[in-house]
Formats: sequence, C-alpha cells, structure tokens
Amino acid sequence: MDKSKSKYEPEREGSESRRDFLKKSSILTAIAVAPVAVAKAAEHNLGEKISAAFETTPVNVTVNGVKKQLNVEPRSTLLDTLREQLDLTGTKKGCDYGQCGACTVHVNGQRVLSCLSLAVMHEGQEVTTIEGLAKGEELHPMQQAFIKHDGFQCGYCTPGQIMSAVACINEGHASNEADIREFMSGNICRCGAYPNIVKAIQEVKNGGQKS
Amino acid sequence: MIQFQYERVTTAKAAISGLANNSNARFIAGGTNLVDLMKRNVTAPTKLVDINMVPLKDIQQQNGKTSIGALALNSAVADNKLIIEKHPLLSQALNAGASAQIRNMATVGGNMMQRTRCPYFYDTALPCNKREPGSGCGALQGLNRMHAIFGTSDKCIAVHPSDMCIALVALDASVVVAGPKGERRIPFEEFHRLPGNQPEKDNTLQNNEMIISVEIPDNAFNKNAHYMKVRDRASYAFALVSVAAALHMDGKVIKEARLAMGGVAHKPWRLKEAEQALAGKPATEETFRQAAKIAMQGAKAFKYNAFKLKLGPNVIVEALKNAAGLV
Repeated sequence: MDKSKSKYEPEREGSESRRDFLKKSSILTAIAVAPVAVAKAAEHNLGEKISAAFETTPVNVTVNGVKKQLNVEPRSTLLDTLREQLDLTGTKKGCDYGQCGACTVHVNGQRVLSCLSLAVMHEGQEVTTIEGLAKGEELHPMQQAFIKHDGFQCGYCTPGQIMSAVACINEGHASNEADIREFMSGNICRCGAYPNIVKAIQEVKNGGQKS
Repeated sequence: MIQFQYERVTTAKAAISGLANNSNARFIAGGTNLVDLMKRNVTAPTKLVDINMVPLKDIQQQNGKTSIGALALNSAVADNKLIIEKHPLLSQALNAGASAQIRNMATVGGNMMQRTRCPYFYDTALPCNKREPGSGCGALQGLNRMHAIFGTSDKCIAVHPSDMCIALVALDASVVVAGPKGERRIPFEEFHRLPGNQPEKDNTLQNNEMIISVEIPDNAFNKNAHYMKVRDRASYAFALVSVAAALHMDGKVIKEARLAMGGVAHKPWRLKEAEQALAGKPATEETFRQAAKIAMQGAKAFKYNAFKLKLGPNVIVEALKNAAGLV
C-alpha cells in the first residue's frame, strides 16, 4: 500500500487516525468473535488477494499533485482505488451506481463519477479529490463557503457536492440560481441542504468570502 | 463483477481487431452505462477494449455537414460553439440528459450504445427477453409505467433511454461506422431498431464494427428549435416523454418541420407524418394540435403507462410552441 501523502494533506497529529483505529479495533473484534467458518472465509480472502497480485495492471496517475505508480485489478473502480489503495477516504461511496454524486472527483480538471470509472482507464491523468482542494491548513473558498452557509447536515454528500461545485463555477454553469440547480443536479443531498449549497456556490462565484 | 481481460488501443483499426474472435468483448469509453451494468451482472464481458485514446473527439464543419467524433464527450458537444449555433436542438437535448459529471464522461458513441433502463432488464432475478432471450418479458404484465407506447412487440416493451439520439434522429443525422471491411454509413433512423422477435439487439451495428462519427447535414432549423423533456423530477431523470421539435419558418408559416419523441419506443421515434402535416401551415396552437393528433396514431398503452397517450400530444404541442416562439 502506498502511504505517501499528498502535498496538501495536513499532517496527522498523534499516532493514529480515527480510521486506522477503527480498522484495527474491528479486526480485533472480528478475531475475538469469529467462529471457525469465518476464519476459513478470511483465509480464502487471503488467497484471492494473492492471486490478485498476478492479475493487476500497472497504471500511472497523479493524485492530488503526487505521481503514483499503481497496480490495479482492471475491475477496480477509481473510487475503490482511491479509498482502499490510496487511503483517500474523503471521496464517498454513496450508491456506487452513478446515481448520487457522492463519489465526484476531478480528472484532468473535469468533474466525473469515480464509481463508474475504472482506475485502469486513467493512465497519465491527474485526479483531484477533496483532500487535494485545501492548501495546507487553508481551506478552499468553496469549503469555507459550505461551512459558512451550513451547506450540509450529515456531511456524507459534502465532498462530492464541493468537488462538483468547484467544477460548476469553472465550467461557467453558475451564472444564476436556476443554472446552479440544474448543473448541480447530479449531487443528491438526502438532508436537503440544497438552498444553502446554492448560497455557498453563489458566494464563491461572486468573488469568494464575504464576512 | 467477473474478471476480464483489459486492452488499451490507440487506433480504430486496433480497436476493431481487438474485438476479433471474441463475441463477448466490448469497447469501453466513458463506461457510465457499461460499468454500471457489469457491477450488476446484467452484462459480463470477458474482455474490454479501452478506446479512449483513439483520436475521435473532433467536431468539424465541412462539405455541408457537421461531423462529431464518436469519442467527443457529451459535455464537449453540448458546450461547443458550432453546435450551439448550428444545431441548438442537439445541445439542448444533451444538457437534458444525465448529470454534469456523467456528461463529462459519456461519449457520443457510448450514448448511442446505452441500454434501456427497464427495471426488468436491470434485475437479473426477473425475466427479460433483452437480457436473456426466451426468458419472457416482466414488464408486459408488470410495472410498465415507464414503458413504450409505439412499436412494441410481445417480447419487449422497453424504451430507448437517450435524449441526444432524439435530437439526432430529428436532424436527419447519419452514423459512420467502421469494420474489418471498411466504413459504411447508417441513417440515424435505421441505427436503432424495434424489438420484434429479437429484443436483445438494440441496433444494427455488427459485432465487429465501431462507431467513428455522427454527421448532421446543414439545415435551417437552428432559429426555431426546442427540446422538451418531461420527467418525474426537474433534472437528472429519464424521460417519461420527450420531444425534439425544429421548425424552418418563413414569416409565420412553417416551411419545414422536424419532430421526434423519446421515452415512447424502443428506438428514437421520428414523427414524419406529423412533420408533413406541419409543412406549409401557419404556426398556431391549432396546427400543432392537429400534428400531435397525427403523431399519436397507432399508440398503444399498457396497464400503467396510459398517461403517456395524453402526455405525449401535450408535450408535442408545448415543444412546437416553444420552437415557434409562441410562449
């Protein structure tokens, strides 16, 4: 697993991230409660992993400004590769079928759905995820605007909303509210934060942060 | 998803030979429909030929026609200045389809090759003659609210899902395809087919052929064109009924008309008789009502989609009114 971090990714404080802790603790729990059959299934999974190593294809992608040489199974989606192989879990898996927009990332500056894209198809391309938007500790104006305008409740769709919103302005599809609503329609928010998301986009479109 | 062989090609020739000797090999471009279908095991190719690096993205104007490369992205075509100026109907139809993210991935050729969104086709636990020939049609006696009212058969009542194709069939486009023996042109109207006894075949493309480009002949429909799509929500949904309407006006009189419907048949549904009924008539609501009545002749509803018999003509009239500038 490639653990090298993007130049924009903030240093983690303390020894463990929350996700690492969750991973380790759930493995320990699984071992503690596992009946023999489950342990056997886990062994089987290991076999699959070993065989996968012989069935991967090399692919070179730049992720958040850092060049990565990856070996991926052709059937791995860009989403799963980002989350599982590169530990970039900011990009969310919502529906996994291209219906919700939670997995939106930028490829060569264009917003796409990482769940409907195979990682192997991105040879030589530049991928930007939500982790690559901030510059160090300084949030991207769209991230700031989402916080200021309460552009979320549960936050699960938010990385996708923000990636989509940044692209929406870059494309020139944010000139009025109707335009924004139409061109943001691929990002579903179950909490219904739409009015605030529109406000956040309008503010960034009109010249960034106003106090 | 089953494992498959993956091959990346850079020329159309290599792409076509990549399909040779494997009837279960498929091209992949944007992947927005194919990856979805593979995840659900609706389709399980044993080989994918990645054609994204084949140089077929150009949009050009020459010799009295606009040529659009098969790998031009839906968003690139919709936002292209030449397309907006000469074929605004196409730009409108493209922007009515899918979402901004999907349009950034989906190609023109892939859009034409997309499969129906019939829920019986998508659910591998249910019968579907399109997915599994001979297994029966679940929609015929089932939940058929989204389904066809024209050109159905007792084997399949699914609808073609594209918006782009509705505009292209209205604009008399043709499809340039290449195979091992060279190129041929297919009139857009003949590219997609009705289900008949072989609903598993969506189109007339041969197994070893590749879409190279789509050509739209120059026309005088750019001033009065409108694509109207009616769906269950305001955006990012498939059509219940859509209408592509384009008029060539001479003052207040219609010189020539083009009309096609989506969401009503197994293929983009061109309405030639209604077009003829519009030619030479004044652009009034009365004229449009008459044409819509003609357009709906032969329509046949199923248990849950009878509303399309009423919605269809209303959308035709509204689309024509918008095209003519009456609203």
